[in-house]
Amino acid sequence: MNKKLMYGTHAIGEAAIQAGCTCYFGYPITPQNELPEYMSQRLAEVPGGVFIQAESELAAINMVLGASVAGARAMTSSSSPGISLKQEGISFLAGSELPAVIVNIMRGGPGLGNIAPAQSDYFQATRGGGHGDYRLVVFAPASVQEMADLTFHAFDVADEYRTPVMIMGDGMLGQMMEPVIIPKPRKGKKMPEKDYILTGARGRPARLVKSLILDTKDMEEHNWKLVRKFKRIEERETRWEGYMLDDADMVVIAYGTAARIAKGAINRLRREDANLRVGMIRPITVSPFPVKAIREAAQTIKDFFVFEMSTGQMVDDVRLALEGQGTIHFYGRPGGVVPSARELGRSIARRYYQAIRKRKQ
Amino acid sequence: MLIKTIFSGFGGQGVLSTGQILAQAAMLQGRFVTYLPSYGAEVRGGTANCTVTISDEEIASPIASEPEFVVALNQPSFSRFQNLLHSGGFLLYNSSLVEPSFVRGDIETRGVPITELARQIGNVKVANMIMLGAFIAVSSLLSFDRMLKHLPDILGAGKAKLLKANQEAFERGYHFIEEHEHGD
Amino acid sequence: MKKVYQRPRSLRDVPMHYCPGCGHSIIHRLIAELLDEMGLRESAICVPPAGCAVLAYYYLDIDMVEAPHGRATAVATGIKRVRPDNLVFSYQGDGDLAAIGTAEALHAANRGENITVIFVNNAVYGMTGGQMAPTTLSGMKTTTTPAGRNPRSEGPPIRVCELLQGLANTVYLERTAVNSPANVMKTKKAIKKAFGVQQKKAGFSLVEILSPCPTNWRMDAVASCTWIDEVMAREFPLGVIKEVPC
Ligand SMILES: Cc1ncc(C[n+]2csc(CCOP(=O)(O)OP(=O)(O)O)c2C)c(N)n1
Repeated sequence: MNKKLMYGTHAIGEAAIQAGCTCYFGYPITPQNELPEYMSQRLAEVPGGVFIQAESELAAINMVLGASVAGARAMTSSSSPGISLKQEGISFLAGSELPAVIVNIMRGGPGLGNIAPAQSDYFQATRGGGHGDYRLVVFAPASVQEMADLTFHAFDVADEYRTPVMIMGDGMLGQMMEPVIIPKPRKGKKMPEKDYILTGARGRPARLVKSLILDTKDMEEHNWKLVRKFKRIEERETRWEGYMLDDADMVVIAYGTAARIAKGAINRLRREDANLRVGMIRPITVSPFPVKAIREAAQTIKDFFVFEMSTGQMVDDVRLALEGQGTIHFYGRPGGVVPSARELGRSIARRYYQAIRKRKQ
Repeated sequence: MLIKTIFSGFGGQGVLSTGQILAQAAMLQGRFVTYLPSYGAEVRGGTANCTVTISDEEIASPIASEPEFVVALNQPSFSRFQNLLHSGGFLLYNSSLVEPSFVRGDIETRGVPITELARQIGNVKVANMIMLGAFIAVSSLLSFDRMLKHLPDILGAGKAKLLKANQEAFERGYHFIEEHEHGD
Repeated sequence: MKKVYQRPRSLRDVPMHYCPGCGHSIIHRLIAELLDEMGLRESAICVPPAGCAVLAYYYLDIDMVEAPHGRATAVATGIKRVRPDNLVFSYQGDGDLAAIGTAEALHAANRGENITVIFVNNAVYGMTGGQMAPTTLSGMKTTTTPAGRNPRSEGPPIRVCELLQGLANTVYLERTAVNSPANVMKTKKAIKKAFGVQQKKAGFSLVEILSPCPTNWRMDAVASCTWIDEVMAREFPLGVIKEVPC
């Protein structure tokens, strides 16, 4: 297969097309403009392709809802401020159990913030974001290849579980180019039949798709149903990467861009100092969060170093996963700052030796 | 080995495409590579720059806080980016446009008069390819021969008409460095 | 010697970030001159947009508050209702006002909020790199209409003044341009009139200004000015669109 040098945003777009996405709705915002621009060109070539530059993110996410309920694979993308506007629609998608893929190429916030890469929307993505009791499936790619692979996969997950799925990248992953192999559709992959979509009630009872459930008992049961669904997703779809864990006595936990920098830092440290045994757990799904992987690591490893390009959001999930075991160290660079592997390495090494000294005392 | 290079200049000087061509060549030579352009309002302000990272192993960050090489096509980039260079780093500049004053003592520099050389070839649009040829010569980052061979693939069908001029420019830049071994 | 020209007090002495040939800087200057001449500098409160003019607060030396993209007229409404005696104006691009902010603009106008909107129509999204705007002309190529805007699927360009004209509570709507000295002077007069309407507490006023964007139109500055005359002003006729005597 042929490798191509592609932008992260374009890789997402092409993977979506290959996954059978025929509808894209979006609104310009930096640093993800190249994705709608790519889709405006590509969807014109796809039979039945629909591209609309909506008048706002609010409109775009609701166009996604419409295309989804009509049976199409639909996607929207934006960056942090625009994702805030999409929350109403995401809540409705979740409540109505409609599949959709939403891409967030995060930038520095809050407010208008800036256009530099950041990881400040973790809470928004993993804690629902919109109103109501629901969970979003959130993939956090760390390379252009993963942006393609996970986008391709996200459409299957969305359809299989009838749920909105988010791809959470950042300005760096969106703007950079890397060699990538775009996944191709597999023949014969069985997907559940979409027996809920609206096609007109010809020869069958009329269908209704909604999130309004006035009867409290029914609404309660609907909420528990969403919980059971998420449990199933948690069991089957949770993904993470372990790196150099075998001999590690400290684990770095990081996702996306932060994880690739952490990997660079770990390689650097291990090369320079054979005594420094640091590994990494990289959540690939940040929701559901790889709780088991972290708990298992905690049986032998006592120090957990969380690195995020934020003031500390995923660190809460690590704390919950550890349930009081082990010590958590945190290093954060919010506001659009991307540290170098060297800088991060220094911080890791300092805490590593500090931890060892403490253990000996 | 991991080498980061910043290409910088005015918008329209082909800075971004030069970086992309290098990145594609690196990919075709089986290396790990990332390309990161400056983006947003910064680009429309008139200057452009990009960072190309080439490595034998996975690349952590595509951002260059301390690049090994800087290629500066205009005066503002010459001044701005030499400050970023790693101590002992190399600054390659366009001596047709850049007056090399105020140079750091702990870096090496080399000027290439790309506009004049491009005029000699008869096409000023390929000045950036002269710079790329010179860059390969001073850095030995990739194989010159293989890169020359891959150029048709890299430039693609869209640039087929300009292929010859680009190849010639690329070779001209490379040989300029070889011919002027001891600087100008 | 007599000073005949100087930087207005309301304009800060800093270089602007705008591209060469951009109309925003001219419009900033006109506003600053008027605030000086009308003695309104200390009364003025401006709500700049998300858009190329997002940094207007670095240039105008008056009170400013940032609004989310498209929400400027809603924010201005809040300010004006609390401070009815201040001069409150928003400064918005075509994407900001006529796409994401249409609802806010329409309803502020319909309520007859006593505010002024400076509406800069450059037919594209400048800040984000030249995507289609609600005011992009039919057939015009942008980064999201690579084949040209198709009025059948993307809609024809929206004429904001004409849209607002039918609302009972709009008082003063004029369309001008900043592509020639004569048009610049007309623009200044129009903004002066709009501020005057607000001072008389007469209601909602808006000045739409056709403004060149050479970078995203991929033209030079001179060609951009000609293009406004020859192409843009045909779609968006210049002149007073509505004026209720007050
Ligand atoms: C909610 C939200 N969506 C998108 C953006 C990105 N954005 C910033 S300015 C802008 C539009 C700029 O166009 P326009 O209003 O026409 O003003 P111009 O830049 O052309 O002056 C957009 C889409 C944002 N800041 N917030």
